[in-house]
Amino acid sequence: MRNRLNRRVAAAAGAGISITMLLAACGADQIEGSGGSGGGDASGGAGTGVDAAAEIDCAPYEEFGDIEGEEVSLYTSILAPEDQPYIDAFQPFTECTGVSVTYEGSSEFEAQLLVRTQAGNPPDIALFPQPGLLQTIVRDTGTVVPAPDQVEAAVDEFYGEDWKNYGTVDGEFYAAPNSANVKSFVWYSPSAFEEAGYEVPETWDEMLALSDQIVADNPGGEIKPWCAGIESGDATGWTTTDWMEDVMLRTAGPDVYDQWVNHEIPFNDPAVATALETVGGILKNEEYVNGGIGGVQSIASQAFQEAGLPILDGSCFMHRQASFYAANWPDGTEVAEDGDVFAFYLPPINEEFGNPVLGAGEFVGAFSDEPHVQAFQLYMTSEDFINNRAAGGQFIPPHSGLDVANLQNPIDELSAELLNDEEATFRFDASDLMPGAVGAGTFWSEMTAWIAEDKADAEVLDAIEASWPAS
Amino acid sequence: MSTTDREQGFTTSAASAPGVKAGDFVDPAVSGGGSRTGTVPRSAKAKKRLTNPGASLIAIVLAVLWTIPTFGLVLSSIRPEIQTKTTGWWTFPLDPQVTVNNYNLVLYGGQNNFASYFINSLVITLPAVIIPITLALLAAYAFAWMDFPGRDALFVGVFALQIVPIQVTLIPLLRDYNDAGLAGSFWPIWLSHSIFALPLAIFLLHNFMKDIPKSLIEAARVDGAGHVKIFFQVLMPLLTPAIAAFGVFQFLWVWNDLLVALTFGSPDTFPLTERLASLVGSRGSEWHVLTAGAVISIIVPLIVFLSLQRFFVRGLLAGSVKG
Amino acid sequence: MDLLLSADSTGDKLITMVAAIILFVAVMGVLLFAVDRPRNVPSWLVFLAFVGPAALLLLWGLIRPAILTIYQSFFDRRGETFVGLDNFVALATSNDLRSVLVNTIIWVLIVPVAATFLGLLYAVVVDRSPVEALAKALIFLPMAISLVGASIIWRFVYEYKADIGDIQQIGLLNQILVWLGQEPYQFLLNGPWNTFFLIVVFIWVQTGFAMTILSAAIKAIPDDVTEAARLDGVTGMQMFRHITVPGIRPALVVVLTTIAIGTLKVFDIVRTMTGGNYGTSVVANEFYTQAFRQSNAGLGAALATILFVLVVPIVVYNVRQMRISEDVR
Repeated sequence: MRNRLNRRVAAAAGAGISITMLLAACGADQIEGSGGSGGGDASGGAGTGVDAAAEIDCAPYEEFGDIEGEEVSLYTSILAPEDQPYIDAFQPFTECTGVSVTYEGSSEFEAQLLVRTQAGNPPDIALFPQPGLLQTIVRDTGTVVPAPDQVEAAVDEFYGEDWKNYGTVDGEFYAAPNSANVKSFVWYSPSAFEEAGYEVPETWDEMLALSDQIVADNPGGEIKPWCAGIESGDATGWTTTDWMEDVMLRTAGPDVYDQWVNHEIPFNDPAVATALETVGGILKNEEYVNGGIGGVQSIASQAFQEAGLPILDGSCFMHRQASFYAANWPDGTEVAEDGDVFAFYLPPINEEFGNPVLGAGEFVGAFSDEPHVQAFQLYMTSEDFINNRAAGGQFIPPHSGLDVANLQNPIDELSAELLNDEEATFRFDASDLMPGAVGAGTFWSEMTAWIAEDKADAEVLDAIEASWPAS
Repeated sequence: MSTTDREQGFTTSAASAPGVKAGDFVDPAVSGGGSRTGTVPRSAKAKKRLTNPGASLIAIVLAVLWTIPTFGLVLSSIRPEIQTKTTGWWTFPLDPQVTVNNYNLVLYGGQNNFASYFINSLVITLPAVIIPITLALLAAYAFAWMDFPGRDALFVGVFALQIVPIQVTLIPLLRDYNDAGLAGSFWPIWLSHSIFALPLAIFLLHNFMKDIPKSLIEAARVDGAGHVKIFFQVLMPLLTPAIAAFGVFQFLWVWNDLLVALTFGSPDTFPLTERLASLVGSRGSEWHVLTAGAVISIIVPLIVFLSLQRFFVRGLLAGSVKG
Repeated sequence: MDLLLSADSTGDKLITMVAAIILFVAVMGVLLFAVDRPRNVPSWLVFLAFVGPAALLLLWGLIRPAILTIYQSFFDRRGETFVGLDNFVALATSNDLRSVLVNTIIWVLIVPVAATFLGLLYAVVVDRSPVEALAKALIFLPMAISLVGASIIWRFVYEYKADIGDIQQIGLLNQILVWLGQEPYQFLLNGPWNTFFLIVVFIWVQTGFAMTILSAAIKAIPDDVTEAARLDGVTGMQMFRHITVPGIRPALVVVLTTIAIGTLKVFDIVRTMTGGNYGTSVVANEFYTQAFRQSNAGLGAALATILFVLVVPIVVYNVRQMRISEDVR
């Protein structure tokens, strides 16, 4: 999903970043872990990195034979400076096996991956930000190779079945899960809440009551309970779809949610209409939005990156956004339960469905079955890797071998807690699972029109339904 | 920077070229190469021009309108992030905080050093300008001055090719480059840029060539010059402004291109634009840094434009043709 | 050869570059030298030597992909099953396509004319002024800015912030509105004018192109022509209409055509500024979305084919202009 976080600026003609790790001895510049030199990474950005000498168990990789001196190319949508923790976490693997890892991140990841696979020039490994994209590439090009047995065994051992399923296409297991994020969060300012005497709401009704309270406490109409922003370049609208999914889980429940994802119920089903109406109760309520930014329509033009910032100056109190929003607070903002900002769990609506958690994640797919590539795939699923990587911050693997002590900030801890909560019903971001024409197409654009042009609920749902691919 | 006023002082007397009547209008750049005869200083007329208040007003209004947005960009690039994101750049005088942080991030924030991107841009751009211009000049000459069945239809076909969006060519070309073992080097980038530039280059240069008086070519033919000789000795000097004009644009397009560099290149060959585009970070929240990046990326094209300016005029003087 | 394929260090890269240029020049030189014997080389071979290299590249790099694309437009999203005209039918029956086509046509009607007019006007008024180079550089500047830069620049122009509390505008136009006591306006959100505000950005970029080419053309009008006219008492507007414009007619056609085709292909401005939302999408943007976001090869190809069709009127116009100028000669 991260790849969606494409931006107005770089969406232009395609862009990317590339960090080459030419550690192979070819006279190339050695990469120095710059640790985000020049600063500029948001809180929770590049961490200190892992001590390159981190000891790992090299035994699992011996069975792949003599692979020393080989190179693995990894293609991702994760750009600098957030790539550094990955690069650092690959170091021990390189030391073990002598296989170097070439990291390349691109903001035009999907388009470029499509071009490269179709032209017969794919990377060895791609970090798929959405299962939907994995499905598309598998079904359309047939270039992704099924995961090796060792990787499948590791995934069976460490990950829940759901997570394995997201990496499975048409019954064949292709891609191991990697990192995850949790979307069911509402960001707020603990100090502002305390000052005004507000409590963190635990049910939807309490949350609406709190919203009304905030409206009543601020009669000027300039300070509002909610702020939101959905502008995201050519991915404008995705934040609204997250709202929809979260509410859908809470009003219709996980089973209906699954039917909705798989198009077993039409997109304009009454259950979906109810969810949309519930979202509209907040996002299209002039009294509730858009704190510090404007009216309802300003949600459409507000870049999502800065949409939560009015919380800091008190002109807005709540901002529903995923765990990764931690990186969007300005430098020096403390993300903690008693800090400048923190997030609470988006409360349930219907008790019968418990506490559903909406999330998304990334998956490791390979385009080559060479031994050194397989060894690297195996490393990506190992406890060694995920703990090394988690220590770099901004990484929450849904992996049972994760030592939570390695997590770098409270929001990651809270996310990991939710992901690993046996009681919680986890569901994957629906738009990431739906066919691209909807999930990365009309679902975004119609929800944008719903806000920007005040398009009616029924019309929005009918239009999305009509666009669902026939096959 | 100053105009070549003195150079403009020369008029090219069209009458000295046989067959060119006053009234035969010669488009870009070239009048039928006259010799440097009478000099009527233009500066006298320039004065008259400038005293026309209407014209001056139009020029100033347009220049201001066109410059304001860019001025805002330059000013934003030296303001701190938080200010850029919360206040307009025009409030700068009220609270003039200056930082070089944005520039530092652009220049030193990456893994590869900035200079290597810069070198890549340069290495990509020069051949990608020279190759298509050369090929297009030859082709344009053939379309303008050689008789060949179906010539005009062919020419129309070539210029219509401008409509082919680069995107539809990416996959077929990349496949061929892979098969040829060129992928990841500079060659595919040079070749691709050359291909994409050709239709427009041939179209533009052909139109410039068409306007060179036939008599010049005829005269050279009578003297027994072949096509190659005519091309180099008669036409090239007259085409300098056209070549300079197209050269500037091709330089710009290649310099600012991202798509071709991303698709056909590799991390070893990525140009400056790739570096800039990646500055916004995975979540695009660092876009303020781009202000500095954009300013840096403008500098080189601007220098190229200003330094080629004089050729736009000089073409008028290159008209001494030995028939 | 190995060096030429994988240059890592700066020195190697520069060597590769110089080698490439020299190699190219040498090949072309040999080719021309071979045909430069007017007595014993058939004329078609000379023609081939001049046109051949460019024609080969075009055939391989543009014509072949274009034909492939048209072929693909009759196939399904994976390019496997022949579906006849289904893709075109799907486009024709979708509601959005009509507005996309209308938008594209609006773009093509406005941008070339406006950019050419402004470029010409400016080229004429700064011609022969003492600060000409600088004045032209100012208008040329937008051309030099990559689109990534341009989209940020215009963000500082159109950005909307509500006029509440102590929020400050960061978009210049809205700041001006606020200073005038008006409410801030959502420039990019409210149709149908939002398309017009996107068009402004493209005009801003393209005017420099028009100005540069037309300025060169104006300078090429022989002085004795203008002098003669001046002696006849032709001044100002008349001079412009009867001397300047006819004198640069071919250049005007070139500029109009080039900008028109460039406008048909424009997608990055739409993509970065509105993402094609709010009813601002154009054909090229839809093509990009289908081909590279939805990986729907068939539909993408059909949209590209529509682009090819849209260029036909421009080609026809050009052919007619070419005939006219042939007649004049």
